[in-house]
Amino acid sequence: MSRIRLDGNLAFRTLFLLAAAIFVATPLLATVLGGFKTLGELRTNPFGLPHDWQWQNYTDILLSARYWTLLGNSLAIALLTVALTLITASMAAFVFAHLRFFGSDMLFAYITTGLLFPAATAILPLFIKVRDLGLLDSYFGIVLPQVAFGLAMSILLLRRFFRDLPPELLEAAVVDGCSYIGFFGHITLPLSRPILATVGTIVFVHSWNAYLVPLVMLNNDRLYPWPLGIMVYQGEYSSEWHLILAFITLTILPTVLLFVFAQKHIVAGLTAGAVKG
Amino acid sequence: MRTASRGRDTSKWAAILLFLPPALLLFSIFVVLPAGEAGWYSAFNWNGFGRPTRWIGFDNYRFVFDNRAFGTAIANNLLVIVVSLVVQLPLALTLALILAERFRGAVALRMLFFLPYILAEIATGMIFSFVYDGNYGLLAAIYGWFGAEAPHLLASPATAMPAILVVIVWKYFGFHMMLFIAALQGMDRGVVEAARIDGATGWQLQRHVVIPLLHPTIRLSVFFAVVGSLQLFDLVMPLTRGGPADSSHTIVSFLYTFGVMRMRVGFGSAVGVILFVICATFAFTYKRWFMRDE
Repeated sequence: MSRIRLDGNLAFRTLFLLAAAIFVATPLLATVLGGFKTLGELRTNPFGLPHDWQWQNYTDILLSARYWTLLGNSLAIALLTVALTLITASMAAFVFAHLRFFGSDMLFAYITTGLLFPAATAILPLFIKVRDLGLLDSYFGIVLPQVAFGLAMSILLLRRFFRDLPPELLEAAVVDGCSYIGFFGHITLPLSRPILATVGTIVFVHSWNAYLVPLVMLNNDRLYPWPLGIMVYQGEYSSEWHLILAFITLTILPTVLLFVFAQKHIVAGLTAGAVKG
Repeated sequence: MRTASRGRDTSKWAAILLFLPPALLLFSIFVVLPAGEAGWYSAFNWNGFGRPTRWIGFDNYRFVFDNRAFGTAIANNLLVIVVSLVVQLPLALTLALILAERFRGAVALRMLFFLPYILAEIATGMIFSFVYDGNYGLLAAIYGWFGAEAPHLLASPATAMPAILVVIVWKYFGFHMMLFIAALQGMDRGVVEAARIDGATGWQLQRHVVIPLLHPTIRLSVFFAVVGSLQLFDLVMPLTRGGPADSSHTIVSFLYTFGVMRMRVGFGSAVGVILFVICATFAFTYKRWFMRDE
């Protein structure tokens, strides 16, 4: 504290922080509160607390099958993506971390080219591919491309962590006659819970928020994840902003809750994790 | 010894042959193959049905470059990069320098500023289409206080893109701030303390000691800003869908609108290839020139 008091520009700092906090928080608060207002009040009082809290805006959505279907779809897609990514990426990362063979460096370089370009660059051929595989309008038509595009980053992060585990562990286990596969299952994975949680959280957030791939792969709106569903909802209730705001609030709520509870993993994963690109 | 080493070899190859194929297959089928096919399909006039047969060589690329909306999209992507470097980066850096210190509320503010980054682009875009709404929006209310008529920012080609730029800064500066805070916390405090003992204070200390130590992180932050801006799509859709009059397209929203929605597979693939070349060229040259030491 004393150092701050010594700084002459404390007032400037405080004002700057305050301005930034207002800039960030106002749209979010107005969205949550707007969901509690009537359309008429939203027009006259978009910033303040509601005079008359319209809980019904929220309860109507929470009691609708539509909301839960969207969330269920998003959850199913995200959990499948996380599970498949963690399984395939950790196995591959284990090989790249511990086993050398002819071409292993080349294969690793091959995988890391995945960091170079986003899914959007190949979205049309990807659509054709998923169609030819008969996976349009299915969870896996979204899950498999998402896993594939997340592999490079996931393998990179996992490999680095696996390599940093004490090498004596592996030597001792091998001397004791433990196979590599056994070592992976009994030693590597249990010791790697923090990085698995971090990678899992990043992959989950990406999948939960994803828009382009589901948009292209789905026609059947019964399978829509929430970002697609909310766009449809907005189209239907075009200017009934109070309902749209309530709906937005309820769809970002899971993200915010996840953020509060998995803060450590999210921040570590999205910043430090992104560092080694 | 021999049997032991043979057992080890078996165990090694068992692991390789069991563990590598799933990842390699998924990556090859859904990432590498489509990227290659984009190059192949871009030489055809094809609506996606049956197999591509109408070979038109490089015509799709000519169509893309002749499309005025594509020029706008490229210009908009560049604009996003410029704003990321000129507005977002200094903002993130300043806030990081303040919030890396310990004081009450610092952690809460960090979290608040990081929060927009994890919100879905779609939700963010919708929140701001409310903020900008000419009838019900927050901006309209502020204009109302002064008795002024609210502008419909997203409905005018002159203001739609600037309005999107504000949303981009709102959503992404917190991520860059966290990168800087992580770097500041991992920094060798000894150097900073030594400079302080030598009499460097306040801004001097930041300018000549701390910020130079942050250069690798700044280069990284620039890298992410550019790569992120090249992928910009989700945020644009709920705000403007690239309109009005194609004024706010990005490369990806252009690809979606003119390629995917109309099922012009060849044309859309050509846009994809162009984007791929831009991304790969940038990543290679940037890493070679600016991030050699990392």
